[in-house]
Formats: sequence, structure tokens, C-alpha cells
Amino acid sequence: MNYISSDLKVVGTRPIRPDGVDKVTGRAVFAADTRASGMLWGKILRSPHAHARIVSIDTSKAEALKGVYAVVTSKDFPEIASEEAFVGEGPMNFRDLSDNIMARGKALYEGHAIAAVAATTAALADEALALIDVTYDVLPHVIDVDEAMQPGAPVLHADMFTAGVNPKPATASNIAKVVTFKKGDIDAGFAEAEVIFEDSYTTKPVHQAYIEPHACLATYAPDGQVTIHASSQGHFMIRAYTAKLLGIDMAQIRVNPAEIGGGFGGKTLIYLEPVAVALSRKSGRSVKMQMTREEVFRGSGPTSGASVTVKLGAKKDGTIVAAQQVLKFQAGAYAGSPVGPGAMCGLAMYDIANVDVVGYDVVSNRPKVAAYRAPGAPISSFAVECAVDDLARKLGMDPLVLREKNAVVNGSKTHYGPTHTNIGFTQVLEATRAHPHWKAPLAEGHGRGLAVGFWFNIGGESSATVHINEDGTVMVATGSPDIGGSRASMGMMAAEVLGIPVSKVKAIVADTASIGFTFLTGGSRVTFATGMAVTQASEKVVDQLKARAAATWDIPVDAVEWKDGKAYPAGTNAGAFEPLDLAAIALKQGRTGGPINAEVSVNAQGAGAGFGAHICDVAVDKETGKVDIVRYTAIQDVGKAIHPSYVEGQIQGGAAQGIGWALSEEYIYNAKGQMDNPGFLDYRCPVASDLPMIEAVLVEVPNPRHPFGARGVGEVPIVPPMAAISNAIKGAIGLRMPDLPMSPPKVRAAIDAG
Amino acid sequence: MTSLSYAAPTSVDAAVKLLAGAGGVAKVLSGGTDLLVQMRAGRVKPEIIVDTKKIPGIIGIREENGAFVIGAGTPGAVVEAHAGLNKAWPGIVEALDLIGSTQVQGRCSLAGNLCNASPAADSVPALYAAGAIAVVVGSKGKREVPVEQIPTGPGRTSLGKDEFILEFKLPARPANSSDAYLRFIPRTEMDIAVVGCGISVTLDANGVCTAARCSLGAVAPTVLLVKEMADVLVGHKLDADTLAKLDAAAQAAAKPISDKRGTAEYRTKVAGVLARRVAAIAFDRAAGKATGKTH
Repeated sequence: MNYISSDLKVVGTRPIRPDGVDKVTGRAVFAADTRASGMLWGKILRSPHAHARIVSIDTSKAEALKGVYAVVTSKDFPEIASEEAFVGEGPMNFRDLSDNIMARGKALYEGHAIAAVAATTAALADEALALIDVTYDVLPHVIDVDEAMQPGAPVLHADMFTAGVNPKPATASNIAKVVTFKKGDIDAGFAEAEVIFEDSYTTKPVHQAYIEPHACLATYAPDGQVTIHASSQGHFMIRAYTAKLLGIDMAQIRVNPAEIGGGFGGKTLIYLEPVAVALSRKSGRSVKMQMTREEVFRGSGPTSGASVTVKLGAKKDGTIVAAQQVLKFQAGAYAGSPVGPGAMCGLAMYDIANVDVVGYDVVSNRPKVAAYRAPGAPISSFAVECAVDDLARKLGMDPLVLREKNAVVNGSKTHYGPTHTNIGFTQVLEATRAHPHWKAPLAEGHGRGLAVGFWFNIGGESSATVHINEDGTVMVATGSPDIGGSRASMGMMAAEVLGIPVSKVKAIVADTASIGFTFLTGGSRVTFATGMAVTQASEKVVDQLKARAAATWDIPVDAVEWKDGKAYPAGTNAGAFEPLDLAAIALKQGRTGGPINAEVSVNAQGAGAGFGAHICDVAVDKETGKVDIVRYTAIQDVGKAIHPSYVEGQIQGGAAQGIGWALSEEYIYNAKGQMDNPGFLDYRCPVASDLPMIEAVLVEVPNPRHPFGARGVGEVPIVPPMAAISNAIKGAIGLRMPDLPMSPPKVRAAIDAG
Repeated sequence: MTSLSYAAPTSVDAAVKLLAGAGGVAKVLSGGTDLLVQMRAGRVKPEIIVDTKKIPGIIGIREENGAFVIGAGTPGAVVEAHAGLNKAWPGIVEALDLIGSTQVQGRCSLAGNLCNASPAADSVPALYAAGAIAVVVGSKGKREVPVEQIPTGPGRTSLGKDEFILEFKLPARPANSSDAYLRFIPRTEMDIAVVGCGISVTLDANGVCTAARCSLGAVAPTVLLVKEMADVLVGHKLDADTLAKLDAAAQAAAKPISDKRGTAEYRTKVAGVLARRVAAIAFDRAAGKATGKTH
């Protein structure tokens, strides 16, 4: 059923968040809060070298230390053949992931896990780590993407022959893959162009910077049963990886989803769980592991740093007739950067006849990248949206007019294949033009920037159950970890369908043994896909409630109507019965046919793509080069905001992370290839006082493929900020800052250079 | 297993004895806002921690005929709440106030900030500019040391193993005197100075500078007391020419390194920028044109 045109009572309101009190009082149970009796502490020894052959590992002294119960190295994990993983977000190979959680043969980045110990206390585990003797043969390393692509660069994998080129290269290189998207005739397009603009851009690797470091508690019981408590974006993902990497049947593994303290894509793969299980198997005790912040930075997945060129050709009237983009993405130590989505998203906002995009997936001696909010798109869009802005200047056109002129509409065919359908980009641009911020006069010395962004959003596999309790309250369980407010939105959609107040519905995240398979929380999919499963399960429950009323009244089911949480006879012909409310039916469910519940699993298709436009005003201190964001407005098509406060929070959070990416966040490496700033002091995320109020403007163009019209909202808002800010800086000082972060030293140097 | 002793003596003598008698690394604990972080990171592994906060008088502020004595362990929040200090030494107060967060302000102390001996410490340039005197106690008794003689390099001080700072003395101020401190950080708070600058001045009735002390932070292995900057100011009003010379003197004095917090070239330029901005605030305050916090 579709409720898009219905009179909604719950969906679209702002009830108090169900996890709020627990979180502000510290009662919420995160993975690091779990304990088990007799538990050991697991710790990981990490490579100090960016690239080194592991000659030998002597663990005997660590094993001899009193209180140490197990030491593991890669020898304790089965060797796995190269195989594309069937879990996780983005390309992943099981062999690579096995190698990433415990180095085999070579350490490929500073922070690469070499060995792990389990001991009675954390301090003792640290002492044991110091007793492990590792002999390294240090190799030349390479960090930068352009350098990693050069002939003669240190090669990370002797068996890496670039995929996606024909013929297959004869020699190994760091280029894992080349992706290309072509539309029309690029040469003819540029020949037709009257104005051409071309520039190059770089971005630095940045971390998702979730507040909660990775943590887990694992128990390998003597009979082979495995229990894991962990924080992640997908407990089914943890189960699958752990099973595969240790050669254990999935049925033996039960993963309990802990409350999660942020993920942003970074918790869509695993680091600790198979290690903790291996330590538990060897020691016979439960093993708890939690990373320090330094380990999070050195050992877990940031996103790519990149080098991008963009060339745009336009007619004098502003019609963009040709666009060429080359993207080179750092993948980290193993193949699998988000260059694919980057190549898809950068130009997806524009209807351009001739497009040529080439992307390179390049390994280098950095931690393996993990998904980060709209993986790849922010990097690609930064380059495109800076170029579009400069093209507008070259054409003498208003940057919004140029975007309006070339914007995709329903029916526009993208350069990567699909045709845009049910999109709300036109409405987003209309809202931008109408917004007071766009028209507000600029203060002296300030600059204003505009940028737009796109993310395709995904659907996929989700399961949900709805149970009616004896007192008429309702349980909703799903397999989707709640990282963006899904317990609230799931409860609201169920309450809407059932016609009861949301306070009567309790939504939880069920463990892997208690609910059907559910793909991880990522790709902005949960409100769309899991919401669809919850809605359908609620509808099945309504059918049963109607059937119980029909049986009670002894009338046909189709003579019963469900409205406002009550069963009514459908018209006078059905009989003159007093309505039966949900609680009354619930109370007698045992006598009218048994428990009332439903489980629905879906493979949801038709996730509506999302578009956003950000307007940013900056003030630049020309003496120090410091950029202050003085006003920020983020406009986005959200389909239908189930809980508008959460949607606004997603948009504000995405913009805030984008502002950090733009101005201050970066991995800084020393000459040895070691990260120089593995803490929040020198890895500079914005703090609250760095940011203005970010105004989120919700444009609601319903997605007809979702019962309430929802489309994913969490990823789009991190796509436009970097270009919006660079464009604003250009407005303020007349200079293009093409390299991220646009930090004070860089801005001051640019001003000095003129 | 490694072990750690903790003691909280209630007299200077007892504290000095504990420090002198320690076989391994002994650390003085005041607020602990640096020490505990360093221990957690494994950068320092003390054998004993001597908590000085139980020593009578080590927390608190006394005013004596216009001069002030600030106990070494006095938390930032207490200093910032002191009306007399805010009036006489707004630069010291605002510098100390920049350290950490509200929570850290409940613990952090001037002595800890000085003895941690970071060249980027925020309160230290202000103490240098003020001409503060540290009262140091140890086995050989009490001695008074100008603050600029305490740090000798990053993480290193001139204090003996058995010594610690008991209190700071700030001199009484002539009329038309004031001070100011600014730091540059890429964010707005919770950050470490890329450059810091403290200036204390005394003006005559016409606004001409009669005495000045100037300092720069984060541009050398220790905070610098820069006489050349003071020389530029003394005998002059803060006109464009004086500002330009001050800028140049600051840049000439700065000997920074390039690191993750900024390039040497950038830090040198910003040292000049901050010197001008800080001087403007200090002169305005001394002339009675501005009061209260600037940041």
C-alpha cells in the first residue's frame, strides 16, 4: 500500500528519540561496555613501518609472561584464496580482508596488525606486545596517489595487474583497476564547445572520525559456538566475515549488535572480531578488544585521498556540451577505493551529451580505505563543482543559472547508464533560488559559494518483524543497526500503519539469530528498504487484526475496515458492531487464533536518488589565511521526512563533516610514511564553535517506490560542502583553492602568491 | 608488572623528600591535565607521582599592595574568576582561559603549563610578558626564579629533580599598564597554538610606551622573551610605523620549525600579524579604552 497522499498522523511528526535518555545519561550499552566473567583483554601489535617484509615473529617471550593466555599471528588464520566478498559495502576481497586484519608476509602500512595477545589485564597485554620480537626488512614505501602510479614506484602486490584494461598489463603495478564511463563523442563535444575550462584538484585522505572506537567482546565456547558483541553498521556483515576468515559455519556464530557510536561507513568492514574469536579459541576465555583512538587512525579505514582533473566545454549560452574527468583514488593497501561511485556521481547532476570519465583505483602504503558517507562522491564533486563555478565565471553567468540550465530532470540519461526517474533536482534548485540566503546581501569582504551534489542511494535486503503484545503494545524488530535514528522512524511507520500512537511501539535491533538476513546500514538504505519491510509487516498484522475482528463478529474479513487503530464494520450492511480497538483484539488473541505477528523480508528496489544544494558564506582573514563559515544553508530533496528532526540532523552532520574535510582534516605523513597526527588534537575535526547554525531545508518530492515516499538522506549532504566553501573563498579573495584542506597556511600562501 | 606510587604530602618538606628519594622518574602532579594524558599515551612512565595539591597555600590567590601571589596549583577557573587579576593582568587571565575546555579549566594550572615546557603553552608567553617570578622550593630551600628561566627546551626545565614551583609572584603595576595575549589556531578552541604572543606595556599620559615586555610562543624550542619587540615599542605610540617595526621584529625573532601544525614560513608571518594585534589590544587596555575579554 502507498500512503504518500494519505492524511498522516505519525509520520512527519517529531516524537522524542527513543534512545535519547539512555545516551545522555550514559546508560546506553556500547560495545566497549560489555563484559564477561573471566574475560581477557586482547591487544594488537602493529607495524611501525609503512612497508616491510616480515622476516620473523618470535612470540615466545610474550607467551611466557604470566597472565598471557594466547598469542596469535597470521598463522592462526586459514589462508584464503582470492574471492570477491559477498558482504560489505563497496568492493572487497576475502583474501585481502584476511590479510588486512593480520598481516601475512608483508606489512603494507604503518598500523598493519602483526600479532595479537590476550591477557588478564589491558596493561599486561601491552607488556606482552612489547615482548614480541618482529624482524622486519624495511622496504621503500609510497603514499601519494600520483607517485604510486609512476613507473618505478614501490609495488605493494606482486600479483596486481591492472583490471579493466585490454590487453592485460605484463607487469605488476599499484593500479588495481581502471573504470571508464563514456557517453556520446567527447572529441566532437569539445570541438563544438565555445568556452573550455580545465583544472586539477587534490584531496587529502580523511577519516570518518566516529566518536566510538571499534570494540567487541567474543566468546568461542568449547563446543564451537561463537558469540560476539560488537559495534558495527551490520552484524550480519560481522557474522559473514568472521565465518569466512576463520572457516566457521555461520550457524555457529551469533552476533549481538551493540549501540553504535557513529560509523559513517567506517564500520562496514571488520578489524577486531576474527582476531578476538581466534584469541578466545586459543585461550578458552572470552576476549574483549577495543581500539585506542590512535589505532583507529592508524589501523582503520579512512577514505581516499585523490587527484582529479576536470575539463568542461560549453556553448556561450551556457549549455555544457562536453565533460571529461580523470579520477585517481588512493585505495590504501588493498584494492577497493570508491573511485567507481566517484566516477558515477561527479557529473550525475548535469545533462551533458558528451562525457568521458576515467577512474583509477590505486594502492599505496596507507590503511585500507573503508566507505565514508557517499563514498567517492564528495571527492569527485569537489572537482566538478569548482570547475562548474569557474566555467560560470568564464561565461559571465550566474553560477545558479548555469546549474539550472544544465540540470538533469526525469528522463535524463546518466553517463554511467541509468536514466534519472522520480528525482527532485529541479525542486531543489527552485528552493535554492527562493531561499533568503541566496538573495541576502554579502558583507564587505565575505564570499558566497554554491555547490550541488548527488548520491544514488540504495535499497537491498531487509527483514522486519512486528509482534502484538497482550496489552496492545507493539514490538518492531529489524536487522538494521540504528546509526541515524532508524528505531524512531521504524516505530513511526509501524504506528502509522497500525493507527496507534508511536509511544505504544517499541523498535529494537535484533541479533543475527533472531531476525532474517539484513544487509548492513549503509548507502542511505535503511529508512527506505527496512522501512518498507516494517510497513509491509505492519500491514500483514493489520490483516490479521481485521481477521480476528471478523471472526469475533462472525462477518467476512472484507467487511471489516481498519482505521485509527480500530476495527470497524465496513458500512451498515456489515452489521452494527461496536468498534474493536487493537488492545481489545490483542488481549483475546490467544482465543481468536493465537499470537498476532508477521515477519517480512524484502529486497527493496527503487531507492530514489538524492540531490542537494549548499549555499555557504565565508569570511577570510587575509593575514592569517583563516576561513570562517559565517552562514550555511543546505537544501535537499528528502522524499518524505519520516522524522524531520533526524533528517535535519543528518543534513547538518553531513555538512559539518564536509566543512572539516574542506578546511582542516587531513592525514599528515612523515618521511617514513607514518601518520603524524593520529589524535583529535592534530587531526582537526571542526568543534561546535567552529560552525554556524547549519540551516537544513527539506524539499519533499516523494519517492513513489516507498510506501511513505522516503528516499535516502544521510549521504547527499557531505557531497557539496567542499566545493561550496572553495567557491565561497574564491568569491571572497578572488583565488581558487584547488587543494584540500583549505587550511590557513595554504590560504595565506595563495594570497601571498596572488 | 610495572608499578606506580602515588603520594599527596601535606607539606613542602614532605613533598621535596619524596621527590629527592625517588629512584626512577618522579612527576609532580598539579591538575594533571598534561601528565595523565602523557601517561595514557605511554610517553611518560613515572615511578612515583607526588600530588602537591594538599600543600597548604598552593591553591589560592593573594593580593599584596597591588602585587599578586598565585599558588602554583590554582586551577584556571579560579584565576579567571578573580576580579583583581582580571583588572591588573587581563592578558594572563585570557591566556590561561584558552587552555583546553571548561572541564580542563577546573584543573589546569599555571605551574603545570610552565613546567610541561611546551613552546606552544598558552599561559607561558603571558607570564613571560608579565615578568612573573616563580617561587621554587627544593632540598636547598626556596629560590625565586624569573619564569623565562624555567623552561630550557621542549619538555625540559631548569628545575632540579627535587624541586617544584610553590607559587608565582606578579609585581604591582604602575598606572596605565596592561597586557594581552592572542594565539593563532586553525579552529576556535580545543587546539594548540600555531603561534602565541603576549605583550605587557606601560604608557605615559600621552599614550607613549614607557615600558614593555613581549613574548612569542610556538616559534622556537621554548617560549621566547623578545627584547627587540619591546625596544620597538618603548618611546613610541602605537602608530603605523611602530606596528610595522613590531611586525618585523617579531618575524625576525621567530625561529620556528615546519611541522604538522604549520610551516616555518607561515608561522613567521603570523608571529608578525599577532604581534600587531596583541599590541593594539594591550595599548588600548593600558589607555583605558578597552576592558574585558577579547576572545
